[in-house]
Amino acid sequence: MNALPMVQVSDVHKHYGDFHVLNGINLSLNAGEVMCVVGPSGSGKSTMLRCINHLEKIDAGTIHVDGELVGYRARNGNLHEMKDKDVCRQRADVGMVFQKFNLFAHMTALENIMEAPMQVRGRRRADVRDEAMELLERVGLDAKSGNYPGQHSGGQQQRVAIARALAMKPKVMLFDEPTSALDPELVGEVLDVMRELAASGMTMAVVTHEMAFAKEVGNSLVFMDGGTVIESGNPRDVLNNPQHPRTQAFLSKVL
Amino acid sequence: MSTVSTTKPVGVTAPRKVIPLRRPGRIVSAIIILVLVAQGILVLFTNPNFEWGVVASYLFAPPIMQGLWLTLWLTVVAMVLGIALGVVLAIMRLSSNPVASYTAWAFVWFFRGTPLLVQLVFWYNLAVLFPSINLGIPFGGPVFASLDANKIITPIIASLLGLVLNEAAYMAEIVRSGITAVDKGQVEAASALGMNRAKTLRRIILPQASRVMIPPAGNETITMLKSTSLVSVVAVADLMYQVNLISAQTFQTIPLPIVASLWYLLATSVLSVGQSRLERKFGRSDQQVSGQGNKFKQLFNARRPMKAGNR
Ligand SMILES: Nc1ncnc2c1ncn2[C@@H]1O[C@H](COP(=O)(O)OP(=O)(O)O)[C@@H](O)[C@H]1O
Ligand SMILES: [Mg+2]
Repeated sequence: MNALPMVQVSDVHKHYGDFHVLNGINLSLNAGEVMCVVGPSGSGKSTMLRCINHLEKIDAGTIHVDGELVGYRARNGNLHEMKDKDVCRQRADVGMVFQKFNLFAHMTALENIMEAPMQVRGRRRADVRDEAMELLERVGLDAKSGNYPGQHSGGQQQRVAIARALAMKPKVMLFDEPTSALDPELVGEVLDVMRELAASGMTMAVVTHEMAFAKEVGNSLVFMDGGTVIESGNPRDVLNNPQHPRTQAFLSKVL
Repeated sequence: MSTVSTTKPVGVTAPRKVIPLRRPGRIVSAIIILVLVAQGILVLFTNPNFEWGVVASYLFAPPIMQGLWLTLWLTVVAMVLGIALGVVLAIMRLSSNPVASYTAWAFVWFFRGTPLLVQLVFWYNLAVLFPSINLGIPFGGPVFASLDANKIITPIIASLLGLVLNEAAYMAEIVRSGITAVDKGQVEAASALGMNRAKTLRRIILPQASRVMIPPAGNETITMLKSTSLVSVVAVADLMYQVNLISAQTFQTIPLPIVASLWYLLATSVLSVGQSRLERKFGRSDQQVSGQGNKFKQLFNARRPMKAGNR
């Protein structure tokens, strides 16, 4: 077994003013595995995910991605905040997919995908273009490469957003409720893309309410409530036979 | 058996033809307007006091052409510099650095709050306040160069200072509202992809903010074109200055302002066309695949109701 997990979250705390949103989170995600995160609204799932690529700062604890400390540098026993440039470099290696897609509204699907490899990685347009078309083909949208986000359905937008994140060749992909903003009939096409991605060996952390997906694709399942991990383990075990009363109460409501 | 009947109720015949609602008020109001317009045009051409012959003889006169050229030049230069400074001020205003933010606020407060005419006169007379302008270390440090304010602040420079600083104050507010109108999710997505702040601003935020900014910025340009006429008070030979000069010499007090108005009208018309072109260009991403038109147009277009197959 690989000694180092791809993502290691250790005793992470975060406050919004007086509100203790993350209260000692511990998580670990191995390379090539899929971790699903479930829990009631407001339990801190999004915040936890956003800390992994330093979109949110943490107050205590450490997060490592591929062995590297996220957002800080350890020196003389202290943590020093990183320069913006280094934060950007770290974020470039972590893909993120949002509930509301957040595609760049003034760019076509193709331009959305090409933007970061060219602007962040400084790669040549011609190479990036070919890769972007391949990615669009992979998510089944190569015929709509010239459409603007407003001309795509929600499901199509989310598939473009996944392709956009993949174009940076990330080490890990973070999904924050990727299907929650979609009409029910469009959920399947996005989950299909994610299923294929998991099968290809991508390391993924997925906040979701799709329990069937978690059971089928997840290597582990984490139940969060009140800013802590209440229970985690094999998705089938946790979903079929929850140990903690709060997990039982939550699952009885959503299943 | 179905409980919902799809057959026609007995005794009701199907309507054959749709008769549009008559709107007689519309016809009456149109006739009244047309009569008034015809009357206006008639007066314009039959009243000899307008002196259209004099208007025609001065329309392309060399001093008028020179003045027009200077007016257009001032408009373009003042707008370009004003927009650039406005973007900087808007970014300062939105920055988390309180010194930058309050400085931008104070700039806008001052330059928007005082009349442009006063600012122009002030810049023109700067040499009275500061006879020499020194470049060096502030608070009594060494001086590297000392310049004569009378030589630097030419009428053109004074005009540009007045127009640009005033315009920047207005543009700052327009740019700021444009930037705040961009969805926060756009910045998050750019950050998550590893884009730095400068690139996010230039590649993601400003292009999207531009859409919101173009209509007010177009108005600003048209206003600027006419505001440049104020520089005639500080002896800059723009279109208005030349017109005033000629009409003072020839006592043609009616036809020469008409000459100026015709040129201003033409220039603003050209600008309006440019503005709608730009709006269309930046609105590209809004177009729907199905060809669904502008909802607002449909709302106000009573004569052509939404076609059934058009949604
Ligand atoms: N920027 C913020 N400022 C203050 N409170 C916030 C902020 N973002 C999130 N919160 C609060 O933190 C809690 C956790 O939010 P979130 O991580 O989005 O939960 P989840 O994704 O599990 O629904 C919520 O109660 C939310 O109101
Ligand atoms: Mg959330």
